[in-house]
Formats: sequence, C-alpha cells, structure tokens
Amino acid sequence: MGVFADRYPDEAKVVRAALASSFLALLIGGAMGPLQTLHRIDYLRIMPSESYYTVLTLHGVALVILFTIFFLVGFYQWAVTDSLDRPAEDIRFTWLWYGLMSLGALMASLAILGGFTDATDISASVLFTFYAPLEAHWLFYVGLTTFIIGTWLAGADWFRSWWNWKKENKGEKTPLRTFMVLTTMLMWYLATIGVASAVLFFLLPWSLGIVDSVNPLLTRTLFWYFGHPVVYFWLLPVYMIWYVILPQIAGGRLFSDALARIVFVLFLVLSVPVGIHHQYLDPGIAEGFKFLSASNTMFLLLPSLLTAFTVVASIEHGARQRGGEGYFRWLTVLPWRNPAFTGMALAGLMFAAAGFSGMVNAGMNLNYLVHNTMWVPGHFHLTVGTAVALTIMAVTYWFLPRITGNPIFSMRLGLVQVLTWFVGMVLMSNAMHRVGVGGEPRRTADPFYDFEFEGVIGSIGELHLQIGLGALILTLSLVLFFIHLIFSWFGISSTTKITSEAAIRKPLSGKEHAPAVLENFRLWVAIAAVLIVLVYTIPIASIIVDGGLFGPDVAPVRPDHAPLFGLSGLSLSTEWLVAGAAGAVGAIAAIAGVLR
Amino acid sequence: MEIHKYEKIWFAAALVMVVLFISSVAYGAVGAGIQMVDDEGGEINPNEIGEHPKFEGFQDVAGTEASVTQVNESHYEAQIQANHPNFFPGEITIPEGSTVTFYITAGDVIHSYDIVGTNVNTMVIPGQIAEITAEFEEPKEYGVICTEYCGELHHEMEGKVNVVSQEEWDENYTDDLITIDERGGDN
Repeated sequence: MGVFADRYPDEAKVVRAALASSFLALLIGGAMGPLQTLHRIDYLRIMPSESYYTVLTLHGVALVILFTIFFLVGFYQWAVTDSLDRPAEDIRFTWLWYGLMSLGALMASLAILGGFTDATDISASVLFTFYAPLEAHWLFYVGLTTFIIGTWLAGADWFRSWWNWKKENKGEKTPLRTFMVLTTMLMWYLATIGVASAVLFFLLPWSLGIVDSVNPLLTRTLFWYFGHPVVYFWLLPVYMIWYVILPQIAGGRLFSDALARIVFVLFLVLSVPVGIHHQYLDPGIAEGFKFLSASNTMFLLLPSLLTAFTVVASIEHGARQRGGEGYFRWLTVLPWRNPAFTGMALAGLMFAAAGFSGMVNAGMNLNYLVHNTMWVPGHFHLTVGTAVALTIMAVTYWFLPRITGNPIFSMRLGLVQVLTWFVGMVLMSNAMHRVGVGGEPRRTADPFYDFEFEGVIGSIGELHLQIGLGALILTLSLVLFFIHLIFSWFGISSTTKITSEAAIRKPLSGKEHAPAVLENFRLWVAIAAVLIVLVYTIPIASIIVDGGLFGPDVAPVRPDHAPLFGLSGLSLSTEWLVAGAAGAVGAIAAIAGVLR
Repeated sequence: MEIHKYEKIWFAAALVMVVLFISSVAYGAVGAGIQMVDDEGGEINPNEIGEHPKFEGFQDVAGTEASVTQVNESHYEAQIQANHPNFFPGEITIPEGSTVTFYITAGDVIHSYDIVGTNVNTMVIPGQIAEITAEFEEPKEYGVICTEYCGELHHEMEGKVNVVSQEEWDENYTDDLITIDERGGDN
C-alpha cells in the first residue's frame, strides 16, 4: 500500500501542521520543566519566585492543553482518513478548524507570556485551572474559547466524513479507528459544556468588566466538570495507539475489536460525571455527592483494566507469532530494540503504577492526606507525563514516515530517547509521590517553611535531589527527541523516500463480532447525559441557590507582575520584542518547511 | 459477541476490585466516621466577614490577637480568615486533649488550610465557610500551609497550630480566654 503522505497529500499536510504545533508546545512547555523544578528545590534560581507561577502556567497550558490536543487532532485526522479510506469532505474546512485552534493557542500563550514583562498589563498567571477570583487578561479566556471551538469543528468535520461514508456503505460497521474518534469527540462535546459555560457566561464578561462578581465555587465546579474528562481526551488517542498500533508493532493483531469498542463506550458514558472527585475538600458540596463521584470514579477503573488485559494479550499474541514460547519467555522475543514498541510498553507499565496512585486520589477519605500535595503532580506525571507523552513520542518513530514519507533517522537514538524518559520519570515521579505523602505542597515556588516536612523512606533533601536528577534526565530525553525529530521529519542525511507502508492488520476477533448496539451513539450519549444530570444537577443548583449565580460581590484579583530574570521596563520589553519576533520568524519558517 | 474465557475471569475480578474499593470508601465514611468537609459551614459575604454570626467579634485582617473560643470543658472553636499571603490569626494555641472546630473562610481568592501531617485539610473558598472538627491528643507544634496557589506570594503563606500541655495552658493562656457565651455566638 502506498504511504499515507502520497495517498492523501492534502490531509497529510494538516496532520503534519497539527503535529508541528503539538511539538512546538512540547518544546516550550518542556523547557519550563527544569526551570521550575530546579527553582522549587532551590538548586538553581534564575528568576524571582513570583515568576515561578507564570512559568508553571505556561508549563501546564502548553503541555496538557496544546501539546496533547494538537497531537490528538492531527492523529485523529489520520485515523479517520485512513480507516474510512476517504479524503476530507472539504479541506478548506479542515484548515479552518486547524487555523482557529492555532489562533486560540497563540492568544492564550501571548496572554501568559505577558506575565514575564511589566511593559504590558496583559498577564495570565492563573495556572492551568484558572480558579476565580484569580483573574487573567481577557485575551487568555478568548484564546482558550477559540481553541476549543476549533476542536468542536474538528469533531464536526469527522462526523461529516462518517455520515457521508455511511451513505455509501450502508449496513457496514464503522471501522474501529473512526469509531474511537467519534466516541472520543462525543465525550468531548459533553465535557466542554462545563468550561465553555464557565468562561463564556462568567469569567469572560467578568474580565471585561461587564459583570463585577463571580461565584468562585460555581466556576470551580464547572471547571472540574470539564477538568476530569479532559484527562480522557489526552488518554483516548493513546488508547487507540495501544489498541491499534502497538499489537501491529509487536508482530500480532488486536485481540478483540468488540472489547475495544466497549471500552471506548464506557469512557463516553463514565468520563464526565466524576469531576467532583477533584473537590472532595471543597466546602459547599454535600458529602453524598462526593461519594457518588467517588463511586463513579472507581467504575472508571473497569475500562482501563480491560485495556490492560487486551493490550497485554495482543502483545503476547504478537510474541507467539514471532515464535515466543513459555509463560514469560515470550517476552524476550518482542522487538525491544524498536523505540516505538519499547516506549509504548514502558508507558503502559508506568500507567499501571499511575492507576494505583490514582486509586488513592479517588479514595474520598484517603484523599485528605494527599490533596494538593506533590503526590498529585507525581501521579499525573505518570499519566499525562508518561502514559500519554511517552506514547506520543514513541509512536512518532512509527508514524512519522507515514505522514512525511521520510525514513526514521536513527532507531538507536530513538531507543536511547525513550529509555531516558522512562528512567527520568521513574526517579522524579517516585520522589514526588513520597514528598507528597510527607505533606509537601504542589504549586509552590518555595516549599521551605518554618517547620520541616518528614519524608517517607528517605529525607526530603534526598528526595529533592532525586526530583532534580529526574528532571534533568527528562530534559536530556526531550533534547534527544527534538534532535531526532528534526532529522527524521525533514529527511536530513537520508536520500531515500518511503513509498509503501503496511496496512493495519485486522483484529483476531473482528468487527463482525461487535454487537450492533455499540454503534447506537444516541443511546450512549443519552445514558451519559442522564448520569451527568443525576450527579451534577443538585450540587450546581445548591451552589447557585446558596451563593448566587454571580456570587456575593467577589472582585477579581490579578496576580502581580514579576518581570523575569530581574529585568524590567523598556529594556526587557525590547528584548522580548526581539525574541518574540525571532521566535515568530522561526515558527513561520518551520511551518513553511513542514508544508513545503 | 465472542469473549475469551480469561477475559471474563479478568472482568469479574476487576468488578470485584471496584466494589471492594467503593466499600472501603463507604466504610471510611460510615464505619470509621471520617467526615468530609461539606456544606455544613454555610455561606458568608467575603466583604463582611465580621458580620457573620460565626465570625462575630472576629477582628479580621488587621492585628488579630483573638485565638480560640471555649465552647465547653474540652471543646474549642477557632475562626480563621485566609487573605493572600496570610492566615488571620496566623497562630492558634490549644491545650492537649482538646477538640477544635475550625471555621475557615477567605476574604480574597481561593486558599486552603492544611495542618501538615494531619487530615485537617480543607479548601477555603470566598463566600463559603469550611467547617472541620479535629481532636488534638498530644502537645505538639504543627505547621499550617496554604496549598492552593493564591497569588505571587503564595509560598509565604503559613501559620501554626500550637498544642500545649495542660500545665502550660493553665499557666499562660486561660486569662484572656473567651467563652462562647461571652462572645455571643449562636451556639
């Protein structure tokens, strides 16, 4: 079969553009990582502590919103086009949603970057959660909204393709990859209602001075209505990779098509009515509703445990196809030298560990001990920081040739890259969990107080060393990733072109075995909506009745500006202008190169 | 639909595990009696904290010496207001073996009140009163921190809960102690 880039050159361009945006965000967000880690543990402080929070906002927004979601839209565009074997309905519409997302990303990023200089009053040092009454410049909210509208249109684009495909293929079951895309997007439509209403009805009018008060508990609850399902928006493309691509690389095929579909349906149904588990310690929400969220959250373990089974079974099948034998000896014949395989396998392993720390977070009463401690970022650096990020990096070694037509620069370098990420994250995340159990808070520039935290197995000092070391190894891994990415992407030092690719193999138990009811999206959305209504109506109604729709006269608070590196005023703004202009030129050049 | 035998076993085991987890949370809430922070505390206007019955007589922000109010023999109440980057009062002192009910609210943005090393840990949200009750058995000095980012000086926000021995309490702290009747609270 011809390579995707040749079969669908126009679609491949969009996929490349989305991936370029994604990796640019990874570069920017990733660069903030060591800066804040070394500041936090007081090894290297090159900025005032006030700037830490601006750096942290950039780290969070760039990585968990821009990096993950830009990758998702690029990858999903490929999945839909390739699995339906059908071009985009109207490529101008496809560019429209990509353009809106980019514009939104640019606005939100500029708003955050404004916090580094006092030459402008634009700033958004409000972290990824932007809890009111902390206030960002309206540019930040407008940017986020534009970005999300772009993702909505992307979903509409894919649904349109699917509808037209269905008309031409009456009675046929939707191909697995498209099925996964559609269920993910339905979940996303339900989830983004929360953040869209928080921003459009409350935060944006408030930041523009149209209304002068908000109800902080209400906007916070609406944020978490979106804030938990968004993690499945990061995760579901990765699940698709584990289900569809990982068995392929292992030399086998997916175990069961039907089970994969059931898992995605379970995520559609259960992802949203759980957000209150981020608010176990909030006053103003009755205990019963916290318990309800805790139970729903525990049920969300089911699709992940099913995934663990199916993925391991598929890999084992692959190994046996390659001649593997015995209870565990089959593990040795797997393609461990392939960074795509090894990266994904290690990401899956770390995700299992993350599952356990997640169960602690979800345990309502146990949560008292770890809430807002370093345990929590320790947990999500395993989930989004490894299960998602490492899988995305690993799949690049498989995916890139298909969308660029250029071969991978060096599998060996790739292997070193995924291994260093794994080692770095084992060190960092392990130590973060442990200082968290000792009580050290997250989201702070300077966790050194008048009293001492007591470390768990190892002193806080030793654990800080481990965190710093882990962060540096992760940074190294990121540098290797980008060197490799650039060489592979542009085919530097390679004269050959890839002209054919292997088709995705059919599952052992194929889609003909999947019950037809799974395709009844209306039913699943209806069930999801009923669950959401059950879990959220009364808490939100009581928050509004008790505290008022716009709250009790709560004024916005803008965190103070803190010019970076102690520079300020005109000199800084000039430098930033120059740096910004250089960056923009570089970005344009890079995009031009991508689209060449 | 074809489901492999091992897959069925795995699914059943996973389901049992989920049920066990939910039971353990339920046991913690009902059996062990671990109460969650909830909507008991009620609402408050963040601009008029001193006028709320629970905070009556509470001297906010500017110089608070007031520490705790005695409800009965071993039960005390503490009112705390969080304002970036301070808690008011920053330090409270109580005798060993006492039960303390905290009423905590915020005058500006979202904070938290976390007595490090204990399960006294709650979000503090403007407009809401977080109510949390805890027992302090032994004399010990506890650090208190705000664990929610609240502004550029968030990392400087800390306080103290001082649990002193009965002798020290009787000697140094009982003179200015107000009782719930004197304060005219609504209890």
